[in-house]
Amino acid sequence: MKLRGNGNFLARPWIWSYLGALLVWLAAIAFTRGYGAGGMITAALALAVFCVITGVAQMFVITLGPGNVDLSLPANIGLASAVAMKVMHGSDSMIAAGLLAALGSGFSIGIANYLLIRLLRIPPIIATLSASFIVQSAGIAYGRGLQIKPPPGFAAITTAQLAGMPLMAIGTVIFTVGAGILLHRTIYGRSVLAIGQNPRAAWLAGIAVERVRCATYVLSGALGGICGALLAGYFRGSSLEIGDEYLLASIACVVIGGTSVSGGKANVPGLWGAALFLVLLLTMLNTFGVSAGIRLLVTGFVIIAVIVIAGGQKPLR
Amino acid sequence: MASVAAPRAPRVTSSRFRVPRRFLRAALPGLSLALVILAIGKLNPRAVSYFGLNLMLNLGIPVALATIAQMFVITVNDLDLSIGTFVSFVGCVTATWLRDAPLLGVAVLLGGVAVYAFLGAVIHLRNVPSIVVTLGMFFVWQGLAILVLPKPGGKAPVWLHDLMNFRTPYVPFPIVAAIVIGVVVHAGLMRGSYGAILRGSGGNPNAIGRAGWSLLKIKVIMFALAGVFGVLSGLALIGLTTSADANIGKGYTLLSIAGVILGGGEFVGGHTSPIGAVIGALTLTLAGSLLNFMRISPDWQVGAQGAILIIVLAARALINQTGGRAP
Amino acid sequence: MPPVTTNIVRLDGVEKHFGAVRALAQVDFSVDNGECVGLVGHNGAGKSTLMHVLAGTLTPDRGQIIVRGEARQGYTVVMAQKLGIRCVFQELSLCPNLSVAENARVFHPGITGWGWRRRAGNLIRGKLDEMFPGHGIAPDALVGEMPIGKRQMVEVARAFTVTKAPLHLVILDEPTSSLDSHTAGQLLAYVRRVVASGVSCILISHLLREILDYSDRIVVMRDGAVVTSGRASGFNRDSLVIAMGGAAAGPARPEEAAASLRRTTPVRVRARPATQRDGRELVAHEGEIIGLAGLAGHGQTELLIRIFSGASRRLPGAEVTAPVALIAGDRQTDGVFPLWSIAENIGIRSIAALRKGLLISSRLEEGFAERWQKRIKIRTPDLRNNILSLSGGNQQKALFARALGSEAKIVLMDDPMRGVDIGTKLEVYDLIRAEAEAGRTFLWYTSEADELKNCDHVYVFRSGRIIADLHRNELSEERVIQSSFQEVT
Repeated sequence: MKLRGNGNFLARPWIWSYLGALLVWLAAIAFTRGYGAGGMITAALALAVFCVITGVAQMFVITLGPGNVDLSLPANIGLASAVAMKVMHGSDSMIAAGLLAALGSGFSIGIANYLLIRLLRIPPIIATLSASFIVQSAGIAYGRGLQIKPPPGFAAITTAQLAGMPLMAIGTVIFTVGAGILLHRTIYGRSVLAIGQNPRAAWLAGIAVERVRCATYVLSGALGGICGALLAGYFRGSSLEIGDEYLLASIACVVIGGTSVSGGKANVPGLWGAALFLVLLLTMLNTFGVSAGIRLLVTGFVIIAVIVIAGGQKPLR
Repeated sequence: MASVAAPRAPRVTSSRFRVPRRFLRAALPGLSLALVILAIGKLNPRAVSYFGLNLMLNLGIPVALATIAQMFVITVNDLDLSIGTFVSFVGCVTATWLRDAPLLGVAVLLGGVAVYAFLGAVIHLRNVPSIVVTLGMFFVWQGLAILVLPKPGGKAPVWLHDLMNFRTPYVPFPIVAAIVIGVVVHAGLMRGSYGAILRGSGGNPNAIGRAGWSLLKIKVIMFALAGVFGVLSGLALIGLTTSADANIGKGYTLLSIAGVILGGGEFVGGHTSPIGAVIGALTLTLAGSLLNFMRISPDWQVGAQGAILIIVLAARALINQTGGRAP
Repeated sequence: MPPVTTNIVRLDGVEKHFGAVRALAQVDFSVDNGECVGLVGHNGAGKSTLMHVLAGTLTPDRGQIIVRGEARQGYTVVMAQKLGIRCVFQELSLCPNLSVAENARVFHPGITGWGWRRRAGNLIRGKLDEMFPGHGIAPDALVGEMPIGKRQMVEVARAFTVTKAPLHLVILDEPTSSLDSHTAGQLLAYVRRVVASGVSCILISHLLREILDYSDRIVVMRDGAVVTSGRASGFNRDSLVIAMGGAAAGPARPEEAAASLRRTTPVRVRARPATQRDGRELVAHEGEIIGLAGLAGHGQTELLIRIFSGASRRLPGAEVTAPVALIAGDRQTDGVFPLWSIAENIGIRSIAALRKGLLISSRLEEGFAERWQKRIKIRTPDLRNNILSLSGGNQQKALFARALGSEAKIVLMDDPMRGVDIGTKLEVYDLIRAEAEAGRTFLWYTSEADELKNCDHVYVFRSGRIIADLHRNELSEERVIQSSFQEVT
């Protein structure tokens, strides 16, 4: 990946997010006098996994161009968690089937999103918003609000560790590398970047714009599905609200991670830095024992400060 | 090209045959509202009465005010993801300080507007996306709301309660209020000479800047207006519900965005309609009651809201497709 | 008491750098009362930069700006407008979501208060009536719903409206680029009238005929400096081209029996406009250069887009037998990817071929771009630079490279030479001819009748339909113009 020479290396927010994550972790362990430092990192890595997976999904969608956001992710995740747990039905032999079912649920939501956008010409923000309403209702009707427990084997995998690193995190790092290759080195990824800059020029340059859009929303939906299954495993139970915080978390990761909200430019390594930073920030605040109100205040200020300090894209001539 | 004595090219009319389509586009919000009212009337004729409409549309006033706030921001090509929690914050302040320590309450509310204005300045000067900044403010307002009112409670000031429960003759108060809001904002933004400049900055900011207008001032004004209407929305909400909690405005962000879009506004380009936004907000409010009357299982009520949005937008797409502007 | 002067504005020793690029080097430039100055130059010569400095949108690094005898400090757009200097740039400055009258109000801060809309409307309509009789533009029409020609008319008319600020100098940067020849004529005639009444104009145009016919004085720029200037009567087309750094017009294209081409090579494209009633259709054989002519905005682009769509799916009225590529004329909206490098912009149409296995190889991509940089002579130190670092003409060349480098056998050109300098044009014409001889088919919509000389066959459009079908032997500017104005039954 070439680093284009525009601007300072250090002026990019995503570099700072890794720094920020480090600083925040140091502040937290300073408070606890070093106690639980390793555990903090392990837990942060595990939680960051979910931010990164939804971040990748949101990143591809946002890169398609202004107005492209997948607001249906939380409802998607909630439904997928219920679907996965219900299909797995507490038995290890059904793990694969459950994952496939969750994937399928997310996949269908992705297609539904795209059809709303394409056939009914609805702006993506509204299309995914409306879809999320409908999916929410579907989730309520399907899951009846019950918390279904995952099979013991599945729960074990999601919390397993390899040399102190959560297995899920290692897998997600590999996944992230793959996402980066997909974005920068495949026709699909190039097409997304082209469409994000200028959809008409992309069409006139021979890119199958609608097919790429469809693939992107389907990808986002599918990733939401997987995330829902993993969350249910990690938190030992499905729930329709389990994905609620990941809407804002995914967008925050994407933006703090250096992807342009106007589309056409995406940054994959930044997702991890942003995710770690956000998760560790919350951990630090919890360690300090601050109240819920202050926690929210600080989270908000941090997001704003990061983006304001970094500044936006210089307006193109 | 050398000048040539040639027969004059025939005149191409510009607005003569576009008017019907523009009218149709503008009439769509009103049509959807009428349809919802008709549907309600069919299912429950007594609901379409002074008393019934008053009851159903009451909560539409704060929604309409929040929608107008969102409309100001969308007109300058931005988006406010924090209006819901801002309304919650205003609600919490109203139910506590505004009643017990009015001066402090007023100061805090004015401070809220000032913060909005400041955000506009920051977004313009640093050229940062409003989606992210307002995302951060979402958390900030939520945190502040919890700090002001950790547990549900508080009480609305008496004068506010009386205002929101005012009984206007013949026409239900919410409708009167909605008309007033729509007309006032329309007069300022759509008919006013500076309003044209404000809207123009959404269509072609470079051109407005080059003509000598201060883009910074415009951004600050629009965000400040959003703040003002956000405050009004919170006030109206507490006037109706009389008590508050930190989550009271939770759905307002998405409702306000949906209202603006339903009302014919667009995310980019400065195309906007205050009257449409108000109508959109009322439509969404009534849709809630409609769902109740249709005896839709509570499981599916949320989903039905989504369905209504989709139907209206599909209709607009159809109109757009028969000519006029490209979607 | 300001010293008596006949200069409206004078620039002394103006310099401007953009990073390492020297856009203006020690430029002295002046405009007298009541004179029309024609400004010509290659792309990258510095004309636009100079005009930006004059209009106040750019601050020079060095040099003085003297308006009506007084040196001005802190010269800005607002100050320029107060002093009576206005500019109409190539990029349109209208707000598409506002009406024509509202756009007029944007220009005049003084139009406020009761009845402002009517006053603004009358102001702009009056000027439009004066400049373009028969224009058919209503003041309450939404600018975004108007075709580009009408928008250009509104923009130019607006620049000449006067309320409080005086009107001394109007800079017109390619004002006729979106206008058809009839309207362009009206505009230029108005310019002469207004100059006679004491207002000055600066006219920038790549149409040398316009400059020669309508300016009093001509200034030629090259590489950021003024190379020559003098009375317009002292120049002709060739001397201007040579002054700008181009070669003199080459020998006339050798006559070919293009009629034979019409029969032997296979048909590549057969297309008919949607509203065509008389069965006429556009036919293009392999190796032909087909021209689409007529007044601007009369259906040429629409047919090209139809043909483009017809290549990927079945469309009635558009039979296409080979892959197509399209070169856009409006590169900002239709062509350029502003965040990408030059190499990435060139390669995007051919990325499937630039892969090693499943993944794109940057080495293959850069090699591809380098080959085309040499072939089409794109002036840049590094192909990895951002595309916007190129001048307009070179950006257009990159778009040509994108299309010609692909496997497309049919190349559609949507008025791609608009606003491009003469040097670039001549280079590209040669390339098109060479490619056609090698078997590529070109469908070329151009708003300049001169360019049609490159074509084997020309279809003239009127009101969205093909109205005339001219073989190159029958081709002449008079016939094209005459067909353009023929009434459609």
